[in-house]
Formats: sequence, structure tokens, C-alpha cells
Amino acid sequence: MANWLKKLMRSQLVIPLFALLLLIIFNLIRDVGFFSLNITTNNDGNTVLSGNIISILNSASELAVLSIGMTLVTASSKGQDISVGAVAAIAGSVFVRVLKEHTINWPIILLGFICACLAAILCGAFNGTLVSVFKIQPMIATLILLTAGRPIAYWINGGATPTVESPLLSKIGSFIPGIPIPTPIIIVVVFAILVSLVLRFTNLGLYTQAVGINEKSARLNGINAIGMKMLSFMMLGICVAIAGCIGVSRMGLINHETLLLDIEMDAILAVAIGGNALSGGKFSIAGSVIGAYIIQALTITLYAMKVPSTAVKAYKAIVIIAIVVLGSPVVQSYLLKLRGRLFQKSNKEAGAQAYGD
Amino acid sequence: MPNDIALSMRNISKSFPGVRALHNVDFTLYKGEIHALMGENGAGKSTLIKVLTGVHPKDSGQITIDGSTKEVNIKSPQDAQNSGISTVYQEITLCPNLTVAENMYIGRGNYQFVHWKKMREQTTELLEKLSIPARATQQLATCSLAVQQMVAIARAVDMDCKVLILDEPTSSLDEREVEKLFSLMRELKSRGVGIIFITHFLEQVYEVCDRITVLRNGELVGAYDVKDLPRVQLISKMMGKELDDISHMHNTGTQAARANSVPVFEAIGLSSTAATKAFDFKIDQGEVNGFTGLLGSGRSECVRAIFGADKATGGKVFVNGKPAKIAKPKDAMKLGIGYLPEDRKQDGIVDDLSVRENIILALQVLRGFFRPFSRAEAEKFTDEYIKLLGIKTASTDTPIRSLSGGNQQKAILARWLLTKPQYLILDEPTRGIDVGTKVEIQKLVLKLAEEGVSVTFISSEIEEMLRTCSRLIVMRDREIIGELTQNDMTQAKIMRTIAGEAAQNG
Repeated sequence: MANWLKKLMRSQLVIPLFALLLLIIFNLIRDVGFFSLNITTNNDGNTVLSGNIISILNSASELAVLSIGMTLVTASSKGQDISVGAVAAIAGSVFVRVLKEHTINWPIILLGFICACLAAILCGAFNGTLVSVFKIQPMIATLILLTAGRPIAYWINGGATPTVESPLLSKIGSFIPGIPIPTPIIIVVVFAILVSLVLRFTNLGLYTQAVGINEKSARLNGINAIGMKMLSFMMLGICVAIAGCIGVSRMGLINHETLLLDIEMDAILAVAIGGNALSGGKFSIAGSVIGAYIIQALTITLYAMKVPSTAVKAYKAIVIIAIVVLGSPVVQSYLLKLRGRLFQKSNKEAGAQAYGD
Repeated sequence: MPNDIALSMRNISKSFPGVRALHNVDFTLYKGEIHALMGENGAGKSTLIKVLTGVHPKDSGQITIDGSTKEVNIKSPQDAQNSGISTVYQEITLCPNLTVAENMYIGRGNYQFVHWKKMREQTTELLEKLSIPARATQQLATCSLAVQQMVAIARAVDMDCKVLILDEPTSSLDEREVEKLFSLMRELKSRGVGIIFITHFLEQVYEVCDRITVLRNGELVGAYDVKDLPRVQLISKMMGKELDDISHMHNTGTQAARANSVPVFEAIGLSSTAATKAFDFKIDQGEVNGFTGLLGSGRSECVRAIFGADKATGGKVFVNGKPAKIAKPKDAMKLGIGYLPEDRKQDGIVDDLSVRENIILALQVLRGFFRPFSRAEAEKFTDEYIKLLGIKTASTDTPIRSLSGGNQQKAILARWLLTKPQYLILDEPTRGIDVGTKVEIQKLVLKLAEEGVSVTFISSEIEEMLRTCSRLIVMRDREIIGELTQNDMTQAKIMRTIAGEAAQNG
């Protein structure tokens, strides 16, 4: 085996990449043209790309962004934030509220986005305080905003589901003239690059993992464990604001009851499918993003197979059980043993790893 | 008098991979006696208890109960309980959110129905009988720790126990509460219960116990009546050094303190949340000093207070003569202080991270959140210290948890050496690692001191301290009780100081 292949086999990305590959192969066998791209002209007269790949990438945008933040929260706090959907409704409502009260132009959209970010970061700080300072389990702490978030959004909206008609907004929600790729995909790519730059040029990754693995030891090495947990929740807040604003821009309205409904479960799932332990510690953001696209690809595949939309979730559940069980420690250690038996000759190097006492 | 025997263990042996934890240990407990099980850290006390309570299966040996000759086979804690052996641990294992009565009866008897009234009545009766100041309907969390401890004991006793094991029951209690606990123990004793009492507090052993069994390195040293074993002798038996042997064991590696009038670190009246008595402490440049005392005497708590690991509650701190404030570990790190914690697994390593990440962690934190080391820089540092300390690892990418204990310890040591500290605190750096590495670490400490680094060294092994330290601070019961330098630094002196006034009576 080539060296890079060996490295890949040991990395946590094996399972998600393998699952994605299976999904692609399955679709190609079922329908050779499943992944074909078409160039069409849309209602606004723009030349755009369309096809299943584009719709998978496009509709998974919110989930992909959320899964990035959820990974950080999971890694540092050993728990998950289940309030992301509800907080997205708050952020989206703030966004719409700002747009409604001004004539819409780019600076106002930026202002609206910043306000949405602030609202979501505030919610993140609230969750983060409960989790890090008061040591409440993340799922319980975030249950508060899960319950209260959408009613708060309702209040911000003044009890209605206001629409915002603006060609500028649809540029965010669908296409920018001249660019054939949907804008949400571009936003995800830009955001993912930003996050990887942050991880590259700060110690966010090292500190977060250290806190998630051994909080006591992290503290004795001078890391502010409470601060790191807070930070991860606030960064998730930014992700939530981005997801909320994309959601609003797509539809041109805010419906606080349905905006990104149930997305928290998919976001947590994306983290798990990405091979990240939900009990915190080491993480791979790439894994979670792949996980998000797997979930969306699965949904689109099921729709393409004419599975009734009410039954989609049940089918999804079956596939997800398979992926999660495949990635579980029990199966993994069994597979390792199996591999050891198959490649007995290469066992020497496996032995070299075991310096255990 | 075979009928008086509550428990008898014969020739108990137990090995773990690579370690012989118990070797042919005998232990006899009579009815109606309080029996102290003594020994230093790693002597095999807890292994013996775990064998007795079925947590670990024994490799060989017999256990008999109640003076009968029939061997009992204890495979699980449940078996032990059914045989009349109950344990109350240091950490209270009851449910604080339930009432006293519920805690007494949870998990016992008829599982389908609960007779609430009967349960309350029986609980009240038992509480009165043992004069425990609690009501049956009171929520357990509202009781003091001592009372919670007593309820745990009452629960154990009510389950018809013949042997009661108390594992460090007094470590979180204050003096008055300890007194209450002791009167309960005496009450139980008069009812014929055999009590095994494990504690690090010598005073308590002499206050309440009838006999003492001493273990050392997994072997039985002997069983003695309390009145026949003065404190100094008990300590010498626990440490494995006869008093006569000690005269020639003089300190060989004395480091004279440098002629620097300003101490590198000085604390006056320092106290922390970990409940040690406020203490004064100072260390000069290039000096190696140490805290000594039995385990639990508060030596770790002292250095934790210095490093800011436990929040300081009072006192002044000076670094190089200037007033300083150490509120958290990072403050101490910025002042050039490093701290290798006592518990490597819990406080030291970050087990899933690589050797490289573990080694650079402290220096990285000092450098700052926004200035991560490049991979090449980190590799360079790591390679340097892997070579310097001879850390055996497959690669710098290997997770630290797959290294052996000694190599993990070296990696943590590397972490702090990399920060180039002016003052390094090493709390039990040699615990649980092989002899070769121990010697290496001691040599390293002396070398550091020659280079001008001040070191505070803590070890359960007195010889190590004598070899490396030029000044010893002696602790007992969370209080500094003496300081030994130069010619005073002998095992005999240390033992006498730890034993305190008792040395005169014994």
C-alpha cells in the first residue's frame, strides 16, 4: 500500500468517505445519468448549472455550516447544542427585522447579517455560560433555547411571517448573475476556508481538543477551559447566523416555525458520521462536512427513487444506523483484528506501535 | 479462640501484568475489634480490600468468614455483601437527592413493592440505635458529610454485616465530625462487628484502633497490637527501614544553596481551597528542596497552592523578590514556574493527543493563542527532547496514551523543560516508573540545579529525597511541622519529625 493510503486507512475519514463513495456508486448503478450536469437558463435569465450534484451541494449548505460549529462544541464540551435550529430562527428574524426597517441595499444586508450574528453569538454565550460556568450538561442547557427560541423569533417578527422582496436577497439565496454556481455553495466554501485558516493560524484546534480530552490537565497547562468552551459555543453562534440568513434569503421570508426545523439532529448526525466522538476530544471538521453532504445526498437519492417524502426519514434512519455502527469502537476493533489476520506479514509494524505498559 | 475470628485471609496472592501486587499476605480480623490496615502508597492495601470485596479475583489463597473453616468464594461485590462484608468508601456512594430512609433501603429486598411506612420506622429505629443525628425523611444532601458517611455505615451494618471496611472515611471530615464517626465505630465494635479501618492519619489509628496490620510492597510486614507498636516503629515498618540501619544513610548529593540573597520564590502565609494550614515557603536559585510526609499529609496541596492549581485563599507571593499574583496556573507559568502534577493520568497527559502536541503544550500556551508553532518548529522541539530524555515512542505523532508510564512521565517532563522554567515543581515524578528511569530523573534534577534552576521535589521514596534535596520540609496532617537541612537530613530524623511528640512517648 502506498504511504498516503495507509495513513488514510487509519484516519477517521475512512468511514465517511467510504459511505459517500458507496452512495455515489449506488446512484451510478441505479441511474448512470444521476450526476450529470446541465446548463440551463433560470427564471431570472441567468445561465446556471443544474443537476443532482448541484442540488445536493446547495441544499446541504446550512447543514454543512452548522456541522462545523457543532464539531467545535462537541469537541470542547463533550456534548451537543440542540438549540441551533431555534437560534437560527432568532437570527433569521433579526436579519429580516433589520431589512424590513430600511430600504434594502448591500450595506443594510451586511448590517442585518451582523445583527443576526450578534443575536446568535449572544445565544451561544448564554448556552456557553450554562455549560462552562454552571457545568450543566450541554443537552439540558441548550434545551432552554430549543424551547424558547422560536417563540422569541415570533416576538421579534411581531407575530407574523414577514416577507422581504428584494433582488439583492435572491442573489444570496440562489444565484449571482454571471456565476453559474448557487451562492450558498460559495458561502460554504468561503466559510470553510476561513475556518481552516483560523485553525491553521491559531491554537483553536489544540486548545479545544486538550479541553475536551482532559480539562484538568488543560487547565494546569494554562489553558482557560471555561473560555474555550464559551468560544466554541459563540463560534457555533456565527455558524447558526450564517445558516439562518441563507435560509431566509432562499425563501425571501421568515417563518419562525419552520425555518431549519429539526436541523439540530442532522447537524449532530453529521458530526457523528464524520467519525467524531460525540463524547468530545479529537475532531475533524472535514469529516463533519462530509457527513453533512452524506445526509443530504441520501435525502436526494431517496427522493429520486420516488420514496414518499413522509417515509424518507425512516429510510435515512436505516442507512445512518449502518454508518454509525460501522464507525463504532466495537466494530472498529473487530475490523482491526480482521485486518491484522489478513495482513499478518505487515504485523511487525503494527507491533512496533504497541509500546504499552 | 477460633470463634472470635470474623475474617481470615491466608496466603493471598495477586498479580497484575508486570506487577506483583500481593504476595502470600495473611490477614486476620477478630469480632469486635477495629483493625488498621497500614502501608505506604502501593503497598497493596487497596488490592487486598479489592480482593476481599470481589472487585479483583485472587490468584491464590483462602478466605474464611465467621470462624468457620469453610472457604468462601467471593466473585463480585454482591457476593461480598451477601457474605456479610460491607465497604464504605471515601467518596460517598449514596444518592444525595433521596431521603435517608430511601438510601438505607435502595436496592435491597423486595423490588416490586415498597412499604414506605415500615421503611421509615425501621430507619428511625436504626438511626436512634446508632445515635446518628438524622431523620428518616430528611434528604441526604442536607446532612453533613459526616452524617452522610454514618448513614452509609448504618446501611452497611443493617445489611447484617460481620466485616465493615472503612476506606479513608475521615479524609473529608473535620475534627468534630471525626469524633462522631469514631463513637459510631466504637458502638459497632461493642456489637461485635469487625472493622477494617484504612487511613493515612496516624493520630486516628492510635485513637481508635486495637490492632494494626502493616503491608509493604505487597507483602505482610506483620500484625501488631497498637500498644506494642509506637509510632516511630510503625513508620519505620511502613517505610521498610529499621531505625538502626539509618545511621549510615547520609545524604550524598547535597546542593548548597547559591549565595543569592533574594529567593526565586517566596510565599508568606499561603493557603488555598485545598484546606492546608497557611504556610511559609521559599526557595533560592539552584536549590533543590522537598516536601516530605506520609501520603495525604498535604505536600501535594502545598505545591498546588504555589502553582495556582488550587485557588489561593490568602497569603503573599514574591517571585525574585517582587510581589506577584498567582490566581491560575497560567500566571505561575508566565513567572517561569513549571509543575509536574502528582497524578500523571488525571492531571498530566492529554491522552488522545500525540506525543508532539503533549510536549509543546505548555510552551505553546505561553506563546499565545494566535501564534501557533509551525509543524517544523514543533517537530524540532519534540525531536530535541525525545533525544535528550530518551523517550521511547514510535513517532512524534503517536498518541501519548500508547506510551509506557515512564515514557509518558518523560514527555510531561519535556513539556516543562521546554518552557525553560526558573523554578520547577516535580510532584512524584518517579511514581510508577522503572528504576532506570527513576535514576535518570534524579540525575536530571541535580543537573538542572547546577544550571541554576530551582526545583521542589516530592517523592514517597525517602531515599530519593535524601539524594536530591538540600532541604526538606516535613509535613503531617496538612501542616508543616519541621524543616531539616544538611546533617539533620536522615531517615531517622524524618521519621521522628513525622511521628512528632509521639516519639517521646514511644
